[in-house]
Amino acid sequence: MDFRFSLEDERFRTELLLFLKSDTPQPMPFPGNMTDEQEWKLTTVIRRKLAEKGWLTMNWPKSYGGQDASSIRSLIFNEEMSYHLIPGRDVFGSRMLGPTLMIYGSEEQKEEFLPPISEGRVQWCQGYSEPESGSDLASLRTQAEDMGDHYLVNGGKVWTSMAHKADWMMLLARTNPTAPKHRGISFFLLDMRTHGIEIKPIINMAGRHEFNQIFFDNVRIPKDKLVGEEGQGWYVAVTLLDFERSGIDYAAQAKRLLDDLTGYVIKAQEAGNHRLSKWWINDLLAKLYIDTEVAKLISYRTAWLQSQHIVPTKEASMSKVFGSETFQKVAAAGLKILGLYAPLTSDDDHSALSGYVQECWRYSFMNTIAAGTSEIQRNIIANRGLKLPRN
Amino acid sequence: MDLSFTDTQKMLVTEARQFLKSTWGTSMVRKLAEDTKDYSNDLWIAMAELGWMGIVFPQEYGGTGGNLIDLCALVEEMGRHLVPGPFCSSIGLVGLTLLKEADNETRSLMIPKLASGQITATLAVTEETGGLAPEDIETICVRKNDHYILNGIKLFVPDAQNVDYILIAARTGSKPTNISLFLAPTGSDGIDIRAHKTMSFDAQGELRLVNTQLPLSSLIGEFNNGWPLVDRALQLGTMLKCAEMLGGAEIILDKTIEHLQERVQFGRPIGTFQALQHHCANMAIDVEGCRYLTYQAAWSLSQGFNSRKEVSMAKAWVNEAYNRICTLSHQCHGAIGFTMEHDLQLYTRRARVQEQSFGETQFHVEILTKNIGSLRRGSL
Repeated sequence: MDFRFSLEDERFRTELLLFLKSDTPQPMPFPGNMTDEQEWKLTTVIRRKLAEKGWLTMNWPKSYGGQDASSIRSLIFNEEMSYHLIPGRDVFGSRMLGPTLMIYGSEEQKEEFLPPISEGRVQWCQGYSEPESGSDLASLRTQAEDMGDHYLVNGGKVWTSMAHKADWMMLLARTNPTAPKHRGISFFLLDMRTHGIEIKPIINMAGRHEFNQIFFDNVRIPKDKLVGEEGQGWYVAVTLLDFERSGIDYAAQAKRLLDDLTGYVIKAQEAGNHRLSKWWINDLLAKLYIDTEVAKLISYRTAWLQSQHIVPTKEASMSKVFGSETFQKVAAAGLKILGLYAPLTSDDDHSALSGYVQECWRYSFMNTIAAGTSEIQRNIIANRGLKLPRN
Repeated sequence: MDLSFTDTQKMLVTEARQFLKSTWGTSMVRKLAEDTKDYSNDLWIAMAELGWMGIVFPQEYGGTGGNLIDLCALVEEMGRHLVPGPFCSSIGLVGLTLLKEADNETRSLMIPKLASGQITATLAVTEETGGLAPEDIETICVRKNDHYILNGIKLFVPDAQNVDYILIAARTGSKPTNISLFLAPTGSDGIDIRAHKTMSFDAQGELRLVNTQLPLSSLIGEFNNGWPLVDRALQLGTMLKCAEMLGGAEIILDKTIEHLQERVQFGRPIGTFQALQHHCANMAIDVEGCRYLTYQAAWSLSQGFNSRKEVSMAKAWVNEAYNRICTLSHQCHGAIGFTMEHDLQLYTRRARVQEQSFGETQFHVEILTKNIGSLRRGSL
């Protein structure tokens, strides 16, 4: 047993931190201090720089433009990027679509779609959820009808993050309405410039535009944009669910927020702030410190299993549940600690930590819903991990 | 990074589990309770024959030269099977302290016997206040000519009634940390030991010292400067307590899952119900936290790093998590889990006692507040 990272991995961490210092704005403004457009601009600039370093798809095999990095190396990369609030990564392209195409894609698809991802030239979005299909994703109804030389798509998607900036969408649509629900779905690559796509913004509770609702009205998809076989789409989509899911992003975000809060409290205590010198504040911070440590260790363990080529089933879900719930806990505790300062936003003269805590708290509701709700994750832990019988 | 046991450690765990499954069951735990004994000599001898007591001692002292992670893995298995006896006290609290701090003569006299299980020992720190700070120690030791004289009452001494030697922390000066350690045979004149009567038949006792005379050679470590030794021993003991609790937490989850797979209501196994599935998922997350915080503490101690933070994180978490696990397990078991006949109560009752020993949750949380940045001592 050894809880240390290897010397090479530590060297990589140092290199990454030096890069972040020299090539990204320091300190990185909290997202709430930027407009959506400013943040997007920063995303594209940093994405190109990460691509130049080869880090954007470091986890990919060298033959596909990656670095064959171990999952431990990826873990470090994601841990630091999340902790330092650096935009630029593209989870849909590099973590989801790329590895999916490597398994199921045709040679032409790999040639066309993999290089732009590793070069940071493309934004992907994920066309999975629908208004009537959330946790029960396999019930999705968007239809793709075989028209001989192309598919014709009608229906719609929702909660589609970054669709308004995306060049391409990975789309799950029903190609066989009479087959059992998991077997009638196909996986497509959809050019977002195609005629018949309407995108409507949905502003989230944090006041940001990330989500969209998408409407498809007779949208044509060429036949060569089907991934895998027709009807196999569900299995194409879920194959990759257990990969690249260390959950470290949640743990690192929670740790960052807690560190900022602790630093804030220490400064206030040193300045003689009576209210922030109460024992319960120290107590709360210390207990959350343990929670963030557990979140980190479960993520590390998940990544470590991956590095040993063991597929983590319950571990990845545990990491997601615990990390996202810990972030929520830290954010809510942060509001209690800040007291009357808690609601002040970054543009208020008296705001504490630039309004970051209330911003995190507003965001934190998403983390336990998106990418499989905490309840779905617990089902996975119980059924797949602990072998409890399915209903 | 390597977050797994070595092959040797895996073998140790498998062998320990097989051995304990075949020779030690909860029926024997119950029998000890009925006989108001808390320790099985047969089991102790069998464990000694397997070389368990020698696992962390160097070969020159009759041990097998293992490390603290080996010890942690073994204690985890013992916790799973509710193994009674002064194992952690003899090996972790006293053996490793003597190995590091005693003079050559004491070491070569004591360690081979501890490593072979021939003798047993424990450490006596806590007193009337029940606290673990040096200020809590009022037992007084004065030097008189060529011997020491001790007076005081130690409480909650783990395994006190089952050991041959006690390492006693006594006050020898006026500064709070003016503590010294003395090793005394329990048969010495002026030593009286009584077992505490507890709700969980765990072994702990009261140690009365009335003008107890000890030779000068009984001093372990430096006179008046024994607190760092106590502190280190307590950290080791805390980590081992976590390992023991981790073993309990694991088996409780396993047993709960078995129950949910077998018990049928509404015409199907109750394990199909989401409410209970989610209880189990929460228990599994708690177990995972217990496991890696405990291993992290064991690893950090084995590296000789300052491990105060790691040890306190582990105990504070394990205390709460293990008790959550037991409570949820009761909820999953329904009425049967509330009976004396069912094994669950054996663990549940111990969990609350284990929570208090080697520092309750708040004790460790307070240590953490002093070790994460520079938080000031909190006001009320």
